[in-house]
Amino acid sequence: MRILWCLALKELRDGLRNRWIAAAIIVLGTLALALTLLGSAPTGSIRASALDISVISLASLSVYLIPLIALMLSFDALVGEFERGTMMLLLTYPVSRWQVIIGKFIGHTVILFIAILAGYGGSMLIVTLVTGGSLDGWQAYVMMMFSSLILGAIFIALGYLVSVLVKERATAAGAAIGLWLIFVVLYDLLLFGALLVDDKQVIGQQLFSLLMIISPTDAYRILNLSLFEGIGQAAGIAGVASKAGISAVLLFSILLLWVLVPLALTLTKFQRREL
Amino acid sequence: MAESNTPTLISLQSVTKQYGCETVVSNVSLNVQAGECVVLVGHNGAGKTTLMKLMLGLTRPTSGTVEVLGGNPAFNAAVAQHKILGYLPESVAFYEAMTGREVLTFYARLKNVPPVTCEELLKLVGLDNAASRRVGTYSKGMRQRLGLAQAMLGKPQLLFLDEPTTGLDPSLRHHFYELIDKLHNQGATSLISSHALSEVEARANRFIIMKKGVIVASGSLDELYRQASLPIHFNIAVTPGEASAVAERLGSSVSIGKVNNQSLQLTCFNAEKMPLIHRISELGEVVQDIQITPPRLDEVYNHFMNGDRP
Repeated sequence: MRILWCLALKELRDGLRNRWIAAAIIVLGTLALALTLLGSAPTGSIRASALDISVISLASLSVYLIPLIALMLSFDALVGEFERGTMMLLLTYPVSRWQVIIGKFIGHTVILFIAILAGYGGSMLIVTLVTGGSLDGWQAYVMMMFSSLILGAIFIALGYLVSVLVKERATAAGAAIGLWLIFVVLYDLLLFGALLVDDKQVIGQQLFSLLMIISPTDAYRILNLSLFEGIGQAAGIAGVASKAGISAVLLFSILLLWVLVPLALTLTKFQRREL
Repeated sequence: MAESNTPTLISLQSVTKQYGCETVVSNVSLNVQAGECVVLVGHNGAGKTTLMKLMLGLTRPTSGTVEVLGGNPAFNAAVAQHKILGYLPESVAFYEAMTGREVLTFYARLKNVPPVTCEELLKLVGLDNAASRRVGTYSKGMRQRLGLAQAMLGKPQLLFLDEPTTGLDPSLRHHFYELIDKLHNQGATSLISSHALSEVEARANRFIIMKKGVIVASGSLDELYRQASLPIHFNIAVTPGEASAVAERLGSSVSIGKVNNQSLQLTCFNAEKMPLIHRISELGEVVQDIQITPPRLDEVYNHFMNGDRP
């Protein structure tokens, strides 16, 4: 436990030192503020609360931004230490290889947690103050923050997997961008493309739902945009999830699996790695 | 050479390590007993660093067995043993953005060593004034000193030092070996690699000379001299004009080098040394002075490195 804490604290300190945390807070905070303050105007006919609107715009934005931030934090975590030679020395200390991975993971996740809490949480407070102190819909907002953290953890874990598989930092950076494109842009594009050309309905509704929820970004979207009733109506996809029999528990399980599987693969690869 | 009551800390049995089709370490067997100071000598690429990495569990042998402190260093269970182990890698790398003190404190925490020790160690290696500077601004020598400080955290019982004195100036080098001696007096065991023999001669009680992944010679300094059996040089001063006569009388069993009016040079092997000295002394008054030069250490080293031995 002491070792994990040590390693996590080091990542946290690094994050503070190189202004990573500050930058992430500013980026997330300004965007959240801009979106929610600007977006709080058209709430008229559907009677959604300001925070509900915030959740919709922020969730749509987070799907792009959080994976990017997480990958930038993590792609270098292992390959950088291999390349510079610091990993060799670290492993001659009483530190197991799994502790290196989990320690870093805790540190990076805490960095992201601080950024989300300060950036999104701060702007939630500001929005409620500006709109007259109504905290209606805070549950959905907190849920959005929490699921954003898990989304970030997924891409931190995926970043590690890239980091342990490649030989050079430059390759890791490229692969991280590739991952981002695939998960955030290409997967959905291909899925909807397939749906468009699929005249004979080879992809049934069941298969389509399955293909949607196994993607971490789509699972995140469904979780935030359609599970809370008010939000679902405002976002225009109310009931999509419940019709397909998708529960929050299922979605969270899928997201957690996306954290655990890449972490486990990273660990297996790292255990076999010779330095 | 092993006494039965000193425990064996490191034991390698016919260890071979290949990277792809390149054999870096080939069929190496060696033992290191507690309290020994063993020096691995060899050119770059002789396999010294790989051997250390094998002992530290950073890499695994292609064949053969490695045992350190009674267990396989590549197993997870060996991690607990790392508490009593110190390692200074060749061209040590640190987290550049951290200060010297932060780096040392980070490593101290991992070894569960109180942070007070860090200040003592920083002073010991002469970095106390630079401790608040970022490691990125350190010179090669300062990094090496920080490397030594981290290797000495927690009074290690087993030290691995990979080319520890590269980048240190002569006075620091001396200071460095004093520190190693101090640890040895406290009962530490160390394995030091070096690409030269001379600087470490006084420190070690055993040398292992490696060439292209193979151990070509090992033993104490005396044993190495004997194994190398290099010629001993005699320089004899005689009364003027007698040199060639003396050369004729001694010439039967030794090879005569340069002869001039009042001096001559001879070479012989170790076994013939004492008989030769007796014969020279029998010559009486003609001989005015004898200088005997044993082979130098670097000659011994070159012999093993360049000789076409199996």
